[in-house]
Amino acid sequence: MSQEILDGLAVIVNEVAGVPVEDVQSDKSFVDDLDIDSLSMVEVVMAAEDKWGVKIPDSEVKNLKTVGDAVAYIAANQ
Amino acid sequence: MTVAIRPSMGAAHGRILAVAGYRPARIVTNAEMCERIDSSDEWIRERSGIIERRYAAPDESVADMAVIAAADALQRAGIDPTRVGMVLMATVTHPYQTPSAAADVAHRIGATSAAAMDISAACAGFCYGIELGNSLIRTGSAEYVVVVGVEKLSDWVDPHDRSTAFLFADGAGAVVLGPSDEPAIGPVAWGSDGGQLDAITMTQSLIEYKNDGGEIFPALQMQGQQVFRWAVGEVAKVALQALEAAGVDADDLDAFIPHQANMRITDAMVRALKLPDHVPVARDIAYTGNTSAASIPLAMQSMLDTGEIPHGGTALLIGFGAGLVYAAQVVTLP
Repeated sequence: MSQEILDGLAVIVNEVAGVPVEDVQSDKSFVDDLDIDSLSMVEVVMAAEDKWGVKIPDSEVKNLKTVGDAVAYIAANQ
Repeated sequence: MTVAIRPSMGAAHGRILAVAGYRPARIVTNAEMCERIDSSDEWIRERSGIIERRYAAPDESVADMAVIAAADALQRAGIDPTRVGMVLMATVTHPYQTPSAAADVAHRIGATSAAAMDISAACAGFCYGIELGNSLIRTGSAEYVVVVGVEKLSDWVDPHDRSTAFLFADGAGAVVLGPSDEPAIGPVAWGSDGGQLDAITMTQSLIEYKNDGGEIFPALQMQGQQVFRWAVGEVAKVALQALEAAGVDADDLDAFIPHQANMRITDAMVRALKLPDHVPVARDIAYTGNTSAASIPLAMQSMLDTGEIPHGGTALLIGFGAGLVYAAQVVTLP
């Protein structure tokens, strides 16, 4: 399940910010490792909401520091 | 006894006859911006796509800029100002509660027969004005309408706010609307969401400023991520509604002219709309900044004057901003 979300998230991050799919790993920080800024992060979040039918409020977005954080949040709230 | 009242009779349709813009002389570079905010040219370009913007002179008012743009638009349209029935001014930076900027502008351009009023619909103000003007022409309340989008946002930003100072700028754009045998302004898709009043607002009201002893002058403030999410998620759907209502396919567009809020919003909107690659997209923000109500007519004028888009072509316009408010329509370019 988590692997599926991770793979899906990697595709989204690639489409939004051009980051190679293979670079999107659980331990990677969106900001520090993948160079995803706040506006790109909003786009990633919106695409994830559409794909997995979850709600990720703005107040929650800042807690999603790593790819793994996002995968866990989506898995728990799906 | 109820007496029969003769109704007004308007034109079959309205159209945009001409567009003109006014860009103030002073160019403010990102380097100059960074003298007051902790930022860099690279950061500003990455986050907004803005390379430089224009600021009006200290003694140059909203009405002064509007007069130049409106007079030029009338001249381009070949319409005598005395035939203008309404002057609509979309602005949120005219610094008087009353009288309106529109009355001043109507007088100064020689629109001696015109009614005049300001529209407070922020960055959607120009598209609101197009719909209102078109309706006035179709009901017979006016033969010709001047719609001006004008802002002097440099007066209302906190120059030390690193999240907004670099975005906003000054300028004016105007169109002349008139009667048309063919439909040339599509049905509007518009609305408001006062539930997000705080997304873009002032730091305080002028009354609070007065009562506080005038320490912190009211300035624009914005929740950038919230606005971005709304623009890309909700507003993009409004653009699709306008296309559908007009019976126009995105593939048939000659131009997409969204409010120049931020290049990143424009890019994300283009992706969300799945706009075909061959449709030219307004990116006037790079050298103009975000001029709120003025941004759509300024971009339209620039794209037409450089030949990037064709006269008589079909354009999708969409304005969105503080309120929150939004409006979109398909138009035939002048």
